[in-house]
Amino acid sequence: MAKLSTEEVKHVAHLARLAITDAEAEKFAEQLGKITDFAEQLNELDTTNVEPTSHVFPIVNVMREDVAGEGLDREKMMLNVKEQEAGQVKVPSILE
Amino acid sequence: MTLFERSSTELQEGLHNGELTITQLTQEAFDRIEKLDGDVQAFLALNKEKALAEAAEMDKVPTENRGPLFGLPIGVKDNIVTEGLETTCASKILEGFMPIYDATVVKKLRDAGMVTVGKLNMDEFAMGSSNENSAFKATKNPWNLNHVPGGSSGASAAAVAAGEVPFSLGSDTGGSIRQPAAYCGVVGMKPTYGRVSRFGLVAFASSLDQIGPLTRNVRDNALLLEAIAGVDEHDSTSADVPVPNYASALNGDIKGLKIALPKEFLGEGVGEAAKQSVLDAIEVLKGLGATVEEVSLPHSKYALAAYYILSSSEASSNLSRFDGIRYGYRAEGAKNLMELYKQTRAEGFGDEVKRRIMLGTYSLSAGTYDAYYKKAQQVRTLIKQDYDNVFENYDVIIGPTAPTPAFAIGENVDDPMTMYANDILTIPMNLAGVPAISIPCGFENGLPLGLQLIGKHFDEETLYRVAYAYEQKTDFAKQTPALWEGK
Repeated sequence: MAKLSTEEVKHVAHLARLAITDAEAEKFAEQLGKITDFAEQLNELDTTNVEPTSHVFPIVNVMREDVAGEGLDREKMMLNVKEQEAGQVKVPSILE
Repeated sequence: MTLFERSSTELQEGLHNGELTITQLTQEAFDRIEKLDGDVQAFLALNKEKALAEAAEMDKVPTENRGPLFGLPIGVKDNIVTEGLETTCASKILEGFMPIYDATVVKKLRDAGMVTVGKLNMDEFAMGSSNENSAFKATKNPWNLNHVPGGSSGASAAAVAAGEVPFSLGSDTGGSIRQPAAYCGVVGMKPTYGRVSRFGLVAFASSLDQIGPLTRNVRDNALLLEAIAGVDEHDSTSADVPVPNYASALNGDIKGLKIALPKEFLGEGVGEAAKQSVLDAIEVLKGLGATVEEVSLPHSKYALAAYYILSSSEASSNLSRFDGIRYGYRAEGAKNLMELYKQTRAEGFGDEVKRRIMLGTYSLSAGTYDAYYKKAQQVRTLIKQDYDNVFENYDVIIGPTAPTPAFAIGENVDDPMTMYANDILTIPMNLAGVPAISIPCGFENGLPLGLQLIGKHFDEETLYRVAYAYEQKTDFAKQTPALWEGK
């Protein structure tokens, strides 16, 4: 777990769907490097056989009756859509 | 001076005996905002027309049909959705976003008869400790306008401290209610994880986020938590645990209460004044018949690192929904869908949000998952066990809320690690899911200090009881910032 390279930062930015300039990649590489350096201290702890906690309470599969309820109003849902046509959300081309 | 110097009990008296009307109280909030918010910069959106119309209707409701919060004004943090009232999370990516439903807590405020006067500034997507990460404005600390109000619910604390509203809602993922409450000299409660529904709270880190109340005194805080708490079919992580009548626990009696003081909470990095204020508070509580013993929470120092990995990982997933398609900001001129996503997010998010999304994405990536994400989850288990162990023998844990009083605006902006260190005393409670409250306990150079009380899961009642007993014996909560003078 060494410092992050600018190439690694660019790869992570791509995975996170963030456009990034070379200058930003350098800045974030340094800042993220400091944070991951700090996180190294977790390795001081022996966590062999320690169960990970993703959630403080052991909740699994909270179910409700399979009965149709009222959904959100379609016209309301379209209120915040920037570009639309014939009641559908418009996006740029997906295939070149 | 303002009507909001009064507690909710006193305001209700005024309403019941005809001295006040709900319209007057609502107007008072907007007058105070007009006078003071140019300095404090707490509100992002106001709900003036609707609020005054609602108030006029509510004035017609017979007093015997009103609850303890009926007709009282409240401000709501801008990451809690309010139907028809712009909700931005202080982010450019949600500028102009108009929610189409109310969060469960907002619905509950309405059921309690509270009047929502507006939306409160915050650090963008609740990521920050100073409100300097807002895309729109930097909220100031009412005690000293050159200092930050804390964060991320900085404006929720500042608006109450400035007497613009007597109540507000904030959210707390790693201290975001308690640290600003401490910095602004108000009472702030982070309830047990699951105590309050998160439906309609824009998610930052879903396993840590909790909504909670900020007020000028303990009783008002207890009343507001009771109003918003409870299981909700729209949030499967909300807990089906009965909600007590918190106000009835406020009898000042803490005889025999067992309090634990973790030695780690008064250790390195914690300022002398903060330490002394806690030691003084302990003497007050001992005087009321509580016992206090030193304990250890040995994994405390690892909480900060574990928190940043876990919260950022959850955030990287939660914030993937902001893609410029169905709502919010959309970049212009993108040639294809991938470019639209990338440009929208690059232009819409601020730097701190980008840093955390990237840290989270990195922690969850193949090759680093075990070393970062899984490791942090295991450390979370150890931290939670620390708290379980102490609570086997004690009722309450005590300590400072923050290592120092509010820092100056601009002091920490360029160094994320120094900024993160402001949260070392509040983060472990989110990882452990336990409730914690911050109450005013002193001043340093004219800036407030906060006392933190931490309780067992779902035992907010004991925290309120202790906080109230302490509040009755001290006068820190009664003090008001100098900017109240003549306004």
